[in-house]
Amino acid sequence: MNATAAVTTAAVTVDHLVKRYDEVEAVRGIEFEVRSGEIFGFLGPNGAGKSTTINMLCTLVRPTAGSARVAGHDVVGERDEVRRNIGLVFQDTTLDGYLTAEQNLRLHAELYGVPREAVGPRMQQVMEMVGLWERRSSLVNTFSGGMKRRLEIARGLLHSPRVLFLDEPTVGLDPQTRSSIWSYIRELKSSEDITIFLTTHYMDEAEYCDRIAIMDQGKIIVLDTPEALKASVGKDRIQIQTDDDAAALAALAERFGIEATLAEGMVTFGVAEGEHFVPRLFAELGQPIRSVNVSRPSLDDVFMSYTGTTIRDAESGAADQRRKTARMMRGGR
Amino acid sequence: MASPTTAPAPSSPAASPDGRHQLAAVRVPTRTGRSELRAIKVVWKRELIRFSRDRLRILTSLMQPFLFLFVLGTGLSKLASAGTHGVNLKTFVYPGVLCMAVMFTAMFSAASLVWDREFGFLREMMVAPVRRSSLVLGKCLGGGTVAGFQGVIVLCLAGLVGVPYDGSLIVEVFAIQLLLAFTITAFGVMIAARVSQLQSFMALMQMVMMPMFFLSGALFPVAGLPQWLELLNRIDPLTYAVDPIRRIVFSHLDISAAARATLDPGVTWWGWHVPSVLEAGVVAVLGLIMLGIAIVQFSRAE
Repeated sequence: MNATAAVTTAAVTVDHLVKRYDEVEAVRGIEFEVRSGEIFGFLGPNGAGKSTTINMLCTLVRPTAGSARVAGHDVVGERDEVRRNIGLVFQDTTLDGYLTAEQNLRLHAELYGVPREAVGPRMQQVMEMVGLWERRSSLVNTFSGGMKRRLEIARGLLHSPRVLFLDEPTVGLDPQTRSSIWSYIRELKSSEDITIFLTTHYMDEAEYCDRIAIMDQGKIIVLDTPEALKASVGKDRIQIQTDDDAAALAALAERFGIEATLAEGMVTFGVAEGEHFVPRLFAELGQPIRSVNVSRPSLDDVFMSYTGTTIRDAESGAADQRRKTARMMRGGR
Repeated sequence: MASPTTAPAPSSPAASPDGRHQLAAVRVPTRTGRSELRAIKVVWKRELIRFSRDRLRILTSLMQPFLFLFVLGTGLSKLASAGTHGVNLKTFVYPGVLCMAVMFTAMFSAASLVWDREFGFLREMMVAPVRRSSLVLGKCLGGGTVAGFQGVIVLCLAGLVGVPYDGSLIVEVFAIQLLLAFTITAFGVMIAARVSQLQSFMALMQMVMMPMFFLSGALFPVAGLPQWLELLNRIDPLTYAVDPIRRIVFSHLDISAAARATLDPGVTWWGWHVPSVLEAGVVAVLGLIMLGIAIVQFSRAE
């Protein structure tokens, strides 16, 4: 693939970045680096400060303190240079619905000063990539939500940005469109010299990133590859349903020395080698157990182990195939 | 500082298995005067494209001028015939109606900015690596052009109200219409920088436009007014668009000196007869001031 990436300078460098809105400190002094050519994910619940961070990096919001460089340019001092080198896809559409797909892209090309002779071929390339070339003459208002998002991605790439920012690129889309958007993102990584910076609150999507930063309450809690993060948890997650959760929590602490929490309505805790622990649990807990669920560490567990809570999202839950489930019922008496 | 900002050349094409979708990078040059001109032009062009798509808007904006010209003009002519020295009332209100057609279209053009903000498109323009002044200027020029075009439609009705189709008349009136269209759009854009809801914007514009229209002398001669009305008339910017258009129109009519003196007395400042060029200058300067304010406001916005 693209061997030249990664060696050169960082695509994004963030140093003690702070954003304060009146009383609220939305971003509380974060630092990190995004390497050139990687897919970097910002993971966290709504309100964690992801969008505020991305807006500061895109020069849309002025930092209260600290500094950031994108594609080698300072986001405050060299705003235009930054803008010229980034592509943006926001959560909400920023297309003109009364223009055709092609007119929207041409307008973008003019605003970004793409050389005239390059506009036509480049436009065809990016529109073919997202499968909308045939629809170029249709009014954007006639497009579905997924088509609009695809067109926005094409538009964001039109001026060959060095960093593409995607703020929740798949939120509100059906599973099929979500997976096709991810295939474009991966394809981009192999075909263009581009760094992709995205935010998401879908755990399963974070798995596709080269590295992820988990953000919560305005701070970056941990930053590493998904694999390393999962390995760092080192424990399987066990969730049990009992008739008396309080008693179960007390019993776990007393007999096994395990500090469990209540999450998603179940007693939840982590142990190494979960399958081997379950028989002991039934034998020694002394509380009736109605069901047991053992799962390998997922990013949910990573998130939980670092923040003490889970990100719950109905849409992502169903697609989670990595989970190994063991469900047992104790004789109903 | 402007370091060279060419997008990196695509590295060795290790194409995806099927070989498709190999994207060649384009080079985006640094900002120059020419790139600003391109931005102004494309924002201007967008207004034109959107206007040409919106047939309904072209029709609805003609509604009010038609009502004033043919319903009010015809209906009131019975009452007014004694005072107009034989001049058709429709002919008299025609200059005001020419201005009205331009005003309302310009207002709608400016309103689309509020709309753009509500529907997100404004963000696409605001993050572009161009000066905000280019965007605002393009918008005002676009709105001005569109509204000027709307004025031409009403200008085509000249024959129906007894105004001759004369080359110099059409060119001169159109020039003032364009100027007025630009100024009203700049005014609207200045307001749109602050008002984020379309309803509030429309209500505010109506509240400003209706008094402007009624005070301007579009419907009455501007001499011999009660003092309070004269004062309000003289500070109304629209007065300085209606009056020169009326002078142009009346100079092409074959009417008595008495009629001319009554119906087209011309605007005076403390008894001094203000020349048309100065009147047009007032409209232009106001437009530029409002454009300046709009630019400052949009440049500050994040």
